[in-house]
Amino acid sequence: MYRIVKKRELAENVDEFVIEAPEIAQKAKPGQFVIIRISKKGERIPLTIAEKDPEFGTITLMVQRVGKTTFHLSCFEEEHIIPDVVGPLGKPTHIEKWGHVVCIGGGLGLAPIHHIAQGVKEAGNEITTIMGFRRKDLVFWEDKMKLLSDKVIVTTNDGSYGMKGLVTDALQKLIDDGVKIDMVITAGPVPMMKAVAELTKKYEIPTVASLNPIMVDGTGMCGACRVTVDGEVKFACVDGPEFDAHKVDFDELINRLNMFKTLEAEALKMFQKKHCGCGKE
Amino acid sequence: MGKKEIKKERIPVPERPAEERIKDFKEVKLGYTPELAIEEAKRCIQCPTAPCVEGCPVRVPIPQFIKLIAEGKFVEAARKIKEENILPSICGRVCPQEDQCEKVCVIGKIGQPVNIGGLEAFAGDYEARMGSEKIEKAEPTGKKVAIVGSGPGGITCAVDLAKLGHSVTIFEALHEPGGVLIYGIPEFRLPNEIVHRELEALKELGVEIKLNCVIGKTKTLEELRREFDAVFIASGAGLPYMLNIEGLNLNGVYSANEFLTRVNLMGAYRFPEYDTPVFAGKRLAVIGGGNTAMDVARTAKRLKGVEEVYIIYRRSEKEMPARVEEIHHAKEEGVIFKTLTNPVKFIGENGWLKGIECVRMELSEPDESGRRRPVPIEGSNFVIDVETVVLAIGQGPNPIVMEGVEGLEIGKWGQIIVDPETCQTSLEGVFAGGDVIHGGSTVIQAMGDARKAAAAIHEYLLEK
Ligand SMILES: Cc1cc2nc3c(=O)[nH]c(=O)nc-3n(C[C@H](O)[C@H](O)[C@H](O)COP(=O)(O)OP(=O)(O)OC[C@H]3O[C@@H](n4cnc5c(N)ncnc54)[C@H](O)[C@@H]3O)c2cc1C
Ligand SMILES: Cc1cc2nc3c(=O)[nH]c(=O)nc-3n(C[C@H](O)[C@H](O)[C@H](O)COP(=O)(O)OP(=O)(O)OC[C@H]3O[C@@H](n4cnc5c(N)ncnc54)[C@H](O)[C@@H]3O)c2cc1C
Ligand code: SF4
Ligand code: SF4
Ligand code: FES
Repeated sequence: MYRIVKKRELAENVDEFVIEAPEIAQKAKPGQFVIIRISKKGERIPLTIAEKDPEFGTITLMVQRVGKTTFHLSCFEEEHIIPDVVGPLGKPTHIEKWGHVVCIGGGLGLAPIHHIAQGVKEAGNEITTIMGFRRKDLVFWEDKMKLLSDKVIVTTNDGSYGMKGLVTDALQKLIDDGVKIDMVITAGPVPMMKAVAELTKKYEIPTVASLNPIMVDGTGMCGACRVTVDGEVKFACVDGPEFDAHKVDFDELINRLNMFKTLEAEALKMFQKKHCGCGKE
Repeated sequence: MGKKEIKKERIPVPERPAEERIKDFKEVKLGYTPELAIEEAKRCIQCPTAPCVEGCPVRVPIPQFIKLIAEGKFVEAARKIKEENILPSICGRVCPQEDQCEKVCVIGKIGQPVNIGGLEAFAGDYEARMGSEKIEKAEPTGKKVAIVGSGPGGITCAVDLAKLGHSVTIFEALHEPGGVLIYGIPEFRLPNEIVHRELEALKELGVEIKLNCVIGKTKTLEELRREFDAVFIASGAGLPYMLNIEGLNLNGVYSANEFLTRVNLMGAYRFPEYDTPVFAGKRLAVIGGGNTAMDVARTAKRLKGVEEVYIIYRRSEKEMPARVEEIHHAKEEGVIFKTLTNPVKFIGENGWLKGIECVRMELSEPDESGRRRPVPIEGSNFVIDVETVVLAIGQGPNPIVMEGVEGLEIGKWGQIIVDPETCQTSLEGVFAGGDVIHGGSTVIQAMGDARKAAAAIHEYLLEK
């Protein structure tokens, strides 16, 4: 049984949950994730371990409301029990002392980026974090990233906060300014990761992307999470979720995320019609 | 029963008609009534040599339990079976009897063999309805055993060891126990209720089941070795083989594990009441000819919106590894068989599967092993239009449990190597059985291994 210890809304449609899961908190390493199921009839969904506290036995998840399960989860308040949380799953991030590492997170990509940056910092690297959001009111965890990074650049699409533009604009600027970059780690919406990979490929900067395909078991049993990397089929839940971004077939990943779109939309509509009475849309 | 004439034909087990049963996931077979069971039991001539027993991997005392059924002593019959096989309701339903006990039944030489499986399921179900007897437990030994996996192997080993007084904890990766019995074999063949019943009995014995615990991730095998006096690994063969041909990652291409897990474990056939979706399209093809392929095909037939279901298999029907009964049921339910056919390419349009390019095959002359290899007929390529395809071409052991473990001997297709007499692995105090040592095998094989391992573990613990 996994108790919700703390919950708060980080931004519009984004919730942060601190969950009691002592065994997972002990083991969790940067880059790993859990799979949760919130009710008897529920779906299993993967969420990154954004932070852990082995001493208190808790893990922190941040969740963007996009469909039935994530909307339903946002109705859960503190002290509520999540029946199933399994992890930590996936391979931990491969971390070395590279020198200057640029961590790029778009929106919810900050979940993996935060935990990874902790590890990257511990290994003695210099960190520049680029965090991209659509608007000012969607920005979150800037304080946390500042604690970890030597420099933080926030971008917003509309320029309402930080630098106007996309994360790739900020990255391009660093490159143009002649900043030496030894490694780029990126997580977020697939089109964003794809754009980052295209840019760093041009400048031959090693880049790792944390992928988010559809998953079921998360233990290599079903193959739902198949991605193509360097022409080879990989199971992201056990071989990843992080891969060499220059070798990932991002278009295929984008396509595969649409596999159940019509059905998922139907489920969300039904849920919102009935919904659970918590007052959210 | 004297020299009475032997009835050549077996008493059929009542089944629901195909048109009716493909509308739901309820069990296809209705099972023997007491009267029918007695009648069928009377066909057994109680051979003194009992060849049937030799055919059963766990040596169920077949003539004895059948005699009890013939005498109307159904509960006693079930208990007789349970001396060797604790899961009669399950094995009676899913064992490949035609390759095992029934294959060597003497009546089979002159007619149809005695329906040993049907009688076994009947006895098991009857006893369960009467309320199973309380299982006797030995005095606690103070020894602790960890079991990885809650499939038939894990369940059987747990029961044997708990009865002997050891304290047993099962670690299961999924949110529900039961292994393939729950996530793989569909309810119309093996209702979940029956599996739950057996799991309840486990709890009564004091066995603890820890769900959502992936050994190799949440806890390592090394930790289990430190915390427990012995470990039994029954983690199954959950790693699906993929067909490496063009178009594998198109939307609409599933592994059998994904398809069956979505439907059986996650309840996708009741979407949107259950949250997990499955997209099956109008036409679905299954690639493979084993039990898994039949289960997928028959499951697909029961999904809303599915009109046509094909089985694509590269050899002929005779070589299909699936149980005869499954093939028969699949045909009754309208599954279309495309044998001597092999897929060469998945054809897509905008990222979605549209069809499968196949080639026709013919069987060559038998090679040294006596097997007739299928060879493609040049230029015979054709396309089958489908929206979805499910690969059921086999699976191997999942390596996750072995993560970070040193000194565990592994075979060339990832199986754990054990001493066949004791199921002991190359690590002290670590035993393994079931699909993780054989690759895909059978329920009864997993149970047989588990019993062997339990005996060896008991001995090991006493000596320790
Ligand atoms: C390894 C991994 C780590 C993840 N970490 C996080 C995290 O920390 N925080 C977070 O909010 N989300 C994370 N995700 C994505 C998250 O799992 C999905 O958003 C979630 O499954 C959606 O469930 P739902 O029922 O609410 O929506 P659904 O109804 O299932 O889907 C709604 C829409 O979301 C899209 N979608 C579905 N699954 C995914 C997915 N896996 N990734 C991206 N989009 C998807 C679909 O295209 C669909 O249109 C992660 C995914 C993976 C694989
Ligand atoms: C669709 C299908 C149909 C079949 N039909 C038949 C049939 O009709 N008759 C028959 O005899 N056999 C059949 N089989 C084969 C039979 O189900 C298996 O041989 C049998 O279940 C093997 O038992 P097991 O205990 O070794 O493993 P499984 O039943 O596979 O159980 C293994 C369990 O271990 C868990 N696990 C795996 N890794 C870990 C880990 N690292 N940590 C914790 N837990 C873990 C899994 O989640 C699973 O619950 C079928 C198989 C399939 C897939
Ligand atoms: S356990 Fe299986 S093989 Fe053995 S007697 Fe029963 S049905 Fe036959
Ligand atoms: S071989 Fe057949 S007839 Fe003989 S004892 Fe066994 S079940 Fe009965
Ligand atoms: S999620 Fe099932 S294999 Fe990766």
